[in-house]
Amino acid sequence: MDGTNAMTSRLGAVSTGSALELRGVTKMFGALAAISDVTLTVRPGERRAVLGSNGAGKTTLFNCVTGDFLPTSGTIRLFGEDVTTFPAHERIRRGLRRTYQISLLFTGLSVADNVYLACRGVSRGRFSLLRPRRGDPLLTRSAELVEAVRLTAARDRLVSELSYGQQRQLEIALALAGAPRFILFDEPAAGLSPTERAELVAILTGLPSHIGFIIIEHDMDVALRVAESVTMMHNGRVFKEGTPAEIETDPEVQELYLGGGHG
Amino acid sequence: MADITKSRTDTPTLWVERVHPAVWALGLVMLFMPAFANGFWLFQVFGWTFILGMIALSLMFLAGYGGMVSLIQMTVAALGGYGVAILGPSGVAQISLGLPWWLYVPLAIAIAALFATLVGALAVRTEGIYTIMITLAMASAFFYFTRQNYGIFNGYSGFNLVVPPQLFGVDWRQPVPFYYLTLGCAALAYAAVVYVARSPFGLALQGTRDNPRRMAALGFNVTAHRIAAYTFAGAIAAVGGILLVWQNAQIAPGTAGLPAVFDILVIAVVGGLRRPSGAFVGAFIYVLLRTFSPDVLTAFGLSNERFKMLIGFGFLAMVVFSPDGVLGLWDRWRARAGRRDPLTGKERG
Ligand SMILES: Nc1ncnc2c1ncn2[C@@H]1O[C@H](COP(=O)(O)OP(=O)(O)O)[C@@H](O)[C@H]1O
Ligand SMILES: [Mg+2]
Repeated sequence: MDGTNAMTSRLGAVSTGSALELRGVTKMFGALAAISDVTLTVRPGERRAVLGSNGAGKTTLFNCVTGDFLPTSGTIRLFGEDVTTFPAHERIRRGLRRTYQISLLFTGLSVADNVYLACRGVSRGRFSLLRPRRGDPLLTRSAELVEAVRLTAARDRLVSELSYGQQRQLEIALALAGAPRFILFDEPAAGLSPTERAELVAILTGLPSHIGFIIIEHDMDVALRVAESVTMMHNGRVFKEGTPAEIETDPEVQELYLGGGHG
Repeated sequence: MADITKSRTDTPTLWVERVHPAVWALGLVMLFMPAFANGFWLFQVFGWTFILGMIALSLMFLAGYGGMVSLIQMTVAALGGYGVAILGPSGVAQISLGLPWWLYVPLAIAIAALFATLVGALAVRTEGIYTIMITLAMASAFFYFTRQNYGIFNGYSGFNLVVPPQLFGVDWRQPVPFYYLTLGCAALAYAAVVYVARSPFGLALQGTRDNPRRMAALGFNVTAHRIAAYTFAGAIAAVGGILLVWQNAQIAPGTAGLPAVFDILVIAVVGGLRRPSGAFVGAFIYVLLRTFSPDVLTAFGLSNERFKMLIGFGFLAMVVFSPDGVLGLWDRWRARAGRRDPLTGKERG
């Protein structure tokens, strides 16, 4: 735990504010503590990988940060503001974005409409009764996003007709809508082919440098290529924090990763 | 579902060119109906169809696009009707305020829409069967309240002599003017729903129906969106309710009694909840049954009260055999016919 604190203060010193700051966040499901006493600070623009075996609490951590669930205790600050009890949409409007481990898309809509909804969600006119006209800036922006995740050829296809890999790309497009400042990627590479993985890495490394993110990733190759810092989780707790090199060579991590089951 | 991005970006055609010829034909028949239908058909059958169709349309909007089965729509309509009776002139001079029409009509719609919004605010926190139960509870509370309240709602007897204003020197309760009045309102309500379904608001509403969690993660306030849907649907129901009072020239608690509340659900389900036109198809079937089945039943020596049983069986058959209503049956028949060889009549597979 000493290492954690040293890391936190080191990173905190680099910039004045933090993008994300968790203090003692615990989430109970009945008697089960899915995450317990998680304290974590991420700088604006920082790219962090979260590692940990299945059931370590990584997705639950994301759900607490985005407001999909409220934490049982602890505080969550987003760009310095206490958002612990804010509903999800309020956090999203402050620049937070996420993708889901299991794609959560509008399967009855086309790719373009999915992205349009995402763009609309973080801009004015969510309640507009007027249909968008040709040349509407949001339509242009949606088309750019579809392009950015390399789905232009499939833009008018229904999401239900897309391949698994394409659905994962669309997940990312939805998280890039508007002006994201901090993104949570939940296992974006899971189930992708090597080519698709390479594309994903290109998308992630190509993000503007002011956009920070946390990526949950089992594939060390992907994680270490896109992240500058690593948080290791185990049994709902933060187990280790450090640079990729520190984590890779840490004997305890090695033991956990080789000894314990990971999926 | 809606195709908001597609229809706007690459359609150089005029909207008139995109309307199906059958719709034009139906529109023309509707427009010239008074040339071949008598007063009874115009006023009683078509007028009532358009009115009930609008109220059922408000339910279709909530249920079809928002996934919220609300049983409050008939009550909202009745409140709109009570609104014109109380704010405008009626036979109950000690209660009715006798305001001018340009004041009492918009006020009645606004009050009913506000009521719908409040009901929505309570109901949207529930899901599925609980939405049905909470809206049903409020519908029956409204019924008993109007029956016991004499100060505002004039209790059991309600209001009589509630007629449309003599605008442009026309008596709007005459069959032909009333036909055009209800047709015009129904067409506007239908067009509004079709248009709004593909607006950002409508698309987002469908998003909250399919995937509320993702909608919140995209920055949408799902609760507010659902409540706003109640407001929009409430305004449509209120217009239907006002026309209903004008048609009957009276309103009483029974207008929004539980049988009427369920009838709206039956109409919407029988017509089909997936498309706005279903509400009018359902209403037409309902009105035909209500109007003509008593005669048919008595001809067979049965009590004319049995028409309720007929409607009940129809509803049951729909729910069992075609949950997406008559329009669903029609779609499937068309799809089958499309696959058939036009010469042999055999399915092409
Ligand atoms: N909605 C939920 N209800 C009950 N238990 C849950 C729920 N979500 C997660 N859990 C439990 O919390 C623990 C952590 O899960 P999760 O955060 O999904 O882990 P990870 O993403 O690291 O694989 C697991 O034991 C899981 O079963
Ligand atoms: Mg997970």
